[in-house]
Amino acid sequence: MEESREKLRVRKIEAGTVIDHIPPGRALTVLEILRITPGTDDTVSVLMNVPSHNREEKDIVKIEDRELKEEEVNQIGLVAPTATINVIENYEVVEKKEVEIPEIIEGVVECSNPGCITNTSEPADLKFEVVSKKPIKLRCSYCERITEESELYKQFSGR
Amino acid sequence: MKLSTQDIISFKKLSNEDIEKIFSEAEKFENIAKGKENSDMLKGKILGTLFFEPSTRTKLSFKSAIKRLGGSTIGFSRPEVSSIAKGETLTDTIKTVENYCDAIVLRHPQMGSAKLASEAATVPIINAGDGAGHHPTQTLLDLFSIRKNLNTLENLNIGLVGDLKYGRTVHSLAYAASRFQNKLFLISPESLRMPKEIISDLKEKNTDIRETSNIEEVLPELDVLYVTRIQKERFSDPSEYNKVKDSYVINKKILEEADDKLRIFHPLPRVDEIDPEVDQTKYAKYFDQVFSGVVVRMGLLSLLMG
Repeated sequence: MEESREKLRVRKIEAGTVIDHIPPGRALTVLEILRITPGTDDTVSVLMNVPSHNREEKDIVKIEDRELKEEEVNQIGLVAPTATINVIENYEVVEKKEVEIPEIIEGVVECSNPGCITNTSEPADLKFEVVSKKPIKLRCSYCERITEESELYKQFSGR
Repeated sequence: MKLSTQDIISFKKLSNEDIEKIFSEAEKFENIAKGKENSDMLKGKILGTLFFEPSTRTKLSFKSAIKRLGGSTIGFSRPEVSSIAKGETLTDTIKTVENYCDAIVLRHPQMGSAKLASEAATVPIINAGDGAGHHPTQTLLDLFSIRKNLNTLENLNIGLVGDLKYGRTVHSLAYAASRFQNKLFLISPESLRMPKEIISDLKEKNTDIRETSNIEEVLPELDVLYVTRIQKERFSDPSEYNKVKDSYVINKKILEEADDKLRIFHPLPRVDEIDPEVDQTKYAKYFDQVFSGVVVRMGLLSLLMG
């Protein structure tokens, strides 16, 4: 029943990527991460707060004719750790990837500590150690302060 | 004899073996630090002292340390007289200054600045305070001074009193003391307690901790009392400040309850948290601690630059 209702909402895509099981409300942040902004040439469908099999709500993003880079997948993992990435060809799922949060995050996240040297004009290579994956907690390699998941969410939404 | 690291960024990056090497090296220099003997061990060596924030003790003791060993210093104490005022990055300043010297002591307001500097530099970087981050030579000299005056660093009852919430010095010392199986007595007003995450880190390391607001209750048990200043600006209500400040003033009367072997330390500067009448007692070791600051830095410079 739910399956058919979903089909009615948005049809299957022929080729591209479906990002499923995004925590409700975070689809727009995922679009920010993928730099899908007004003026994009990508064909994109966004579903928000749709019922999932376990009756919890979720967001879904479908992007036609685009495969995600590993770096993009990792970034999505930081704000949507439950997401799955489905690669679609000929209307079929040919590859299903879980997002994987690496042990070290480089160059993606900004340190949430305003007193950190990386938040100045210094040419510092941003690097974080992942101290917890659920909830996500990242330790800055410079100031050693922890950046929490909620701060990451704000960071990506503010781009 | 070499340390496991060329840069001294934080105390926790030093192994116990490194600490022992620094302390043994430092002990050799007591007479030279007192001016009773001369040394040209670091003759011709230049230490760059880059102080982007004010400092008295740290800067002077580093300068004294290298000069006692026959070396010299270059540097600045105020960023407004440096190229920073023209907009130069710290990275560029370090890459420039390292051409003029053999090691750099850095104090900078931003956390992580010393680590960044160590990545830019080929010469050793010594962190002399990076904002609310680390000040490893302070922790080294605190431990050295405790060891020197108590003849051990292990199994002591160490009381930390004052502002335990914001004090960088006491945070580092608490972590350092926990490495050597000491029991910690954390004495502070309710509003200036040691941060919870530090307490939980210390407990994970099986450190025995007792928190209290009442110094008199625990004083008889202590071997070490490390006193820090309670800063007025930490209180939104001045009457609240006045209420707590006097309860932690160390004077002769309060020390009547102390054990004979108790020794008192303080990172200085002190304001009124230790009554000057205590200075002449056997308990007072805070000015000897200042002297330890010179010999420890001599030991460190000798290992890094010798």
